[in-house]
Amino acid sequence: MAEPLLTLAGVNTRIGRYHILHGVDFTVAKGGITMLLGRNGAGKTTTLRTIMGLWRAAEGRIMFEGTDLAMLATPEIARLGIAYVPENMGIFADLTVRENLVLATRERAPDARRLQWIFGLFPALEKFYALAAGALSGGQKQMLSIARAIIEPRKLILVDEPTKGLAPSIIRNMVAAFKELKQTETTILLVEQNFMFAESLGDGVAVMDDGKIRHSGTMQALAADRDLQQRLLGLHLDAHQ
Amino acid sequence: MTAAPAAKATALPALRRDWLPVLLVPIVALVALPLIGNVAGWLTLTVAGLAMGMMIFIMASGLTLVFGLMDVLNFGHGVFISIGAFAVTLVVLPLATMVQADSVLANIAVLLLCAVVAMALTGALGWAFERVIVRPVYGQHLKQILVTMGGMIVAEQLIHVLWGADPISVPPPEAFRGSVLIGEAAIERYRILAVAVGLAVFAAMLLVLNRTKIGLLIRAGVENGEMVEALGYRIRRLFVGVFVAGSALAGLGGVMWAFYRQTLTPGMGMEVMVLIFIVIIVGGLGSVGGCFLGSLLVALVANYTGFLAPKVALGSNILLMVLILMWRPQGLYPVAKR
Repeated sequence: MAEPLLTLAGVNTRIGRYHILHGVDFTVAKGGITMLLGRNGAGKTTTLRTIMGLWRAAEGRIMFEGTDLAMLATPEIARLGIAYVPENMGIFADLTVRENLVLATRERAPDARRLQWIFGLFPALEKFYALAAGALSGGQKQMLSIARAIIEPRKLILVDEPTKGLAPSIIRNMVAAFKELKQTETTILLVEQNFMFAESLGDGVAVMDDGKIRHSGTMQALAADRDLQQRLLGLHLDAHQ
Repeated sequence: MTAAPAAKATALPALRRDWLPVLLVPIVALVALPLIGNVAGWLTLTVAGLAMGMMIFIMASGLTLVFGLMDVLNFGHGVFISIGAFAVTLVVLPLATMVQADSVLANIAVLLLCAVVAMALTGALGWAFERVIVRPVYGQHLKQILVTMGGMIVAEQLIHVLWGADPISVPPPEAFRGSVLIGEAAIERYRILAVAVGLAVFAAMLLVLNRTKIGLLIRAGVENGEMVEALGYRIRRLFVGVFVAGSALAGLGGVMWAFYRQTLTPGMGMEVMVLIFIVIIVGGLGSVGGCFLGSLLVALVANYTGFLAPKVALGSNILLMVLILMWRPQGLYPVAKR
């Protein structure tokens, strides 16, 4: 078992008068991809936003390399080496692709070798480098959003539903990019509804429902247990094959 | 690091530049020409409108960024204009001989000194205003309106206490008095200066916003502040910087406005706030380019209608705003908000 990079213990999050997370406990192992699965409204996005400090944890601890993220503001969390790819992609539409990437680097300009590597993962970004990001298609915006997260080496990347609304060909490209990312030192916590996508990439998995973790283990074990899938996710795997 | 399979080849998206709002300014000016009937009168009115528009832009540009970046409705912005205008007295009274001197250099030095003193004063005041008045009411629009207006009333009373209630006369330096003749058109020298200063401020803002990382952060923050924070930048600090810079620009606008009106009154900042709000709404909240065009349009339309139909002049700006919002409900250049 790989050593834990991120540990959530008893995390409760309230948004206004709504109590969304009810004591979330789970661990993200260092290296590889941990999938966070669950039905709509289970609390997956809230979990990512709470880790990132965009919503404050009312109770509980979020330990990352010995630091409690629940005590930090979002910029400090990002500076620890954590990147966030939100569900709405969060790209700056009025800025060019280049400017979006420049903002994501701590240096004056992105490292040339890393940029070439990213262009290898997402060739469209090289083609549209000088164009306003708002002119990109949905899939290209998603690529830019992920590229921004990996423009510098990060310890942990939080990705929220990267395949949502994308065409199958773009999803295949995305799977290839994430497989490539798995070869690096980066750890990824990925929220996903597309089980086939999750199965093809995930090493570990946690399943949420009603603001709590209902199951955690290896992706391999969950993929092999149809009853468990049915019970946790309401999935009929045959429908996905 | 090896490359993943290439994405399916896609067509280059067309980059559509939206020139229509830019064309509105010459269109309005050209439409006015036959209505006014003589070129000299038209030229005088047009330069006067452009000068007034530039001054409104200098005063309004900071406010539009403050609103765009943090959704803060600062109804107290007018106080920085008034303070900037009154700061002129700190320079021109002790340096009266330089103001009246026949030397252009001495006159320009006085103007520059006025600008530096006013911007330093209003920048410092802006920092204090943000800390004491604006910061406690982030995200609460109604409270922002009430508190910033309250802050402005207090500041206006302070001007009364410090400078007295009587209007103060501040003629511009000698070199910028009077007119130059272009054909039969008499163009006031000070208006030419106002146009030059406005263009310089606009160019400087474009340079900062498009060529520096701070500028990129401001543009990104106007669009999606949360994501800027998630990239590791403290948007509050950025906002304080923009607030201070916006206040200093309002102070500079106050200096220009003071010499334009040649009379200082404590309420002069508040009086121009209606125009400023119209300009930033017409331009698109948070858009510097929109604010620039909005300022020119509002000032030109006010000048032309003031000449052609004085009775309509008072409502012309409101009418212009209504027409533009019917055409583009988010303003001339809406900022893409998340």
